[in-house]
Amino acid sequence: MKTTTKQKIAFAILFLCTVIVVLPVLFVLAVVIKNGWPAINWEFLTTMPRNNMKAGGIYPAIMGTIYLVSLSTLFSLPIGLFAAIYLNEYAEENMLTRLIRLAIVNLAGVSSVVYGLFGLVMFVTFLKFGVSILSGALTLAIMNLPVIITASVEALASVPYSFREVSRSLGASRWQTIRHSVLPFAIPGILTGAILSLARAAGETAPILFTVAAFYLPNLPHSVFDQAMALPYHLYIISTQIPGIPQQMRYATALVLVGIVFSMNIFAVIIRSKFRKKKKW
Amino acid sequence: MVNPVHPAPVHRCGVHGVPEIIINKVVMKELDIWYGKIHALKSLNMNIFKNEILGIIGPANSGKTSFLRQLNRLNDLELNYKAIGEVLLDDKDIQSINPEVLRRRVGMIFALPQVLPISIYDNIAYGPRMHGTKDRKRLDAIVEETLNASFLWDEVKDRLLESATKLSGGQQQRLCISRTLALDPEIILFDEPCSGLDPISTAKVEESMLKLKEKCTIVLVTNNTKQAARVSDRTAFFLMGELIEIDTTEKIFTAPSDKRTEGYILGKFG
Repeated sequence: MKTTTKQKIAFAILFLCTVIVVLPVLFVLAVVIKNGWPAINWEFLTTMPRNNMKAGGIYPAIMGTIYLVSLSTLFSLPIGLFAAIYLNEYAEENMLTRLIRLAIVNLAGVSSVVYGLFGLVMFVTFLKFGVSILSGALTLAIMNLPVIITASVEALASVPYSFREVSRSLGASRWQTIRHSVLPFAIPGILTGAILSLARAAGETAPILFTVAAFYLPNLPHSVFDQAMALPYHLYIISTQIPGIPQQMRYATALVLVGIVFSMNIFAVIIRSKFRKKKKW
Repeated sequence: MVNPVHPAPVHRCGVHGVPEIIINKVVMKELDIWYGKIHALKSLNMNIFKNEILGIIGPANSGKTSFLRQLNRLNDLELNYKAIGEVLLDDKDIQSINPEVLRRRVGMIFALPQVLPISIYDNIAYGPRMHGTKDRKRLDAIVEETLNASFLWDEVKDRLLESATKLSGGQQQRLCISRTLALDPEIILFDEPCSGLDPISTAKVEESMLKLKEKCTIVLVTNNTKQAARVSDRTAFFLMGELIEIDTTEKIFTAPSDKRTEGYILGKFG
């Protein structure tokens, strides 16, 4: 066989695989948009559900998801970032840190329902936060920590070592060096990782199932100790628990959820591309 | 104080040296450096005179850079690093000086121009800012003064706020010199500063070194023996972690007392 023919076959296979990866995503989007778009309107997005959730909007579920994601970020981003700084900049390479790294990698692979059960035991029961936004947000934060730490460590490690050396050679302390010569160049990478992990948190059902999610609430939550509705769980119950809901409403809910996750991902991509333009070393 | 191993010459006769009273700026006594099991520097005894340019030559792995990084304690950043012996700066053991303060007094220029991807201005202001200088006027003055000292001011005065990474390699290296000067150091360590530069840029860097000598003490590690011959007052030859010979540059390059020095300078090895 000629080299060029071989090359053409190889390219064809590679291209095919890429198409196979992209197709399901496009297909899912197409189905959700096609079936859901007609039901999306201002009323659907901004009003409470009515008539046993068979009519009205999904406002409380959207707000619940926003509360959960924001509060969990408040916990997971600083803790994850500081842990990453410690691991990458301060910790010496020894048995303990290797163990910690291994634990983080493994935690990232634990299925989300396990986090949900952990949240139930730890936050709802043991710490007596009850089934509440606080418990749910903490559970999501714990689930996100390994991802944020891994992304942050990678972002920090990608800053050239010479920056640290130069800064130290100019008499800067270790912390000054991290603060002025490492973090500014790692922040975009850290943010990208954080946003991606938040998008995942927004879409997860299992961790909030036992810790926060309510079937139906007539009012918005008043404090972090209240229960809340959330989009993924809402989608689950209107799809399986309540008969007679218009098909369109399910897809519209799915579309809103996918839309939130997607826009977060796109935001992450924009941050990253801006960073690439600035990065010149 | 006179070094017992290498008695100080009566007067210095480097290319640009003028006879003057010799003051020991740095004295090293029985200095040994290890990185893990690698014995990088072996019982080193030597002095660095105030306001001289001391050239350090020698093949790869001869301990030149380890020697240099000892002087500003940058070796402290290495894993498994260990040192025995004394390094005295103005008769004071550098181990008893806070490293952040020491590195302010002993500046360093790296082999490749290591500018930070921030503006030219911020690169120079970095050191003073880290040491608490916030006053904009003071910083402006430092930037202009140090850029003049490295002969870079005229080339960059209109674009101080542009990224330093846009400069050419030679300009970047001169910016690094300015950045080091911004801390008003007493000693400047040059670690093969011209290894990545073209001859014209090299000449400019050497020119600024000769000017800096009036105010500072300079240690120049170089792979280019001709460069050592051009600018240094005294030259030391290192081999396998040992100081083989240190003397006036003229003596080292015309009548070295050790066969190995002669061999290296003539290009027989290294």
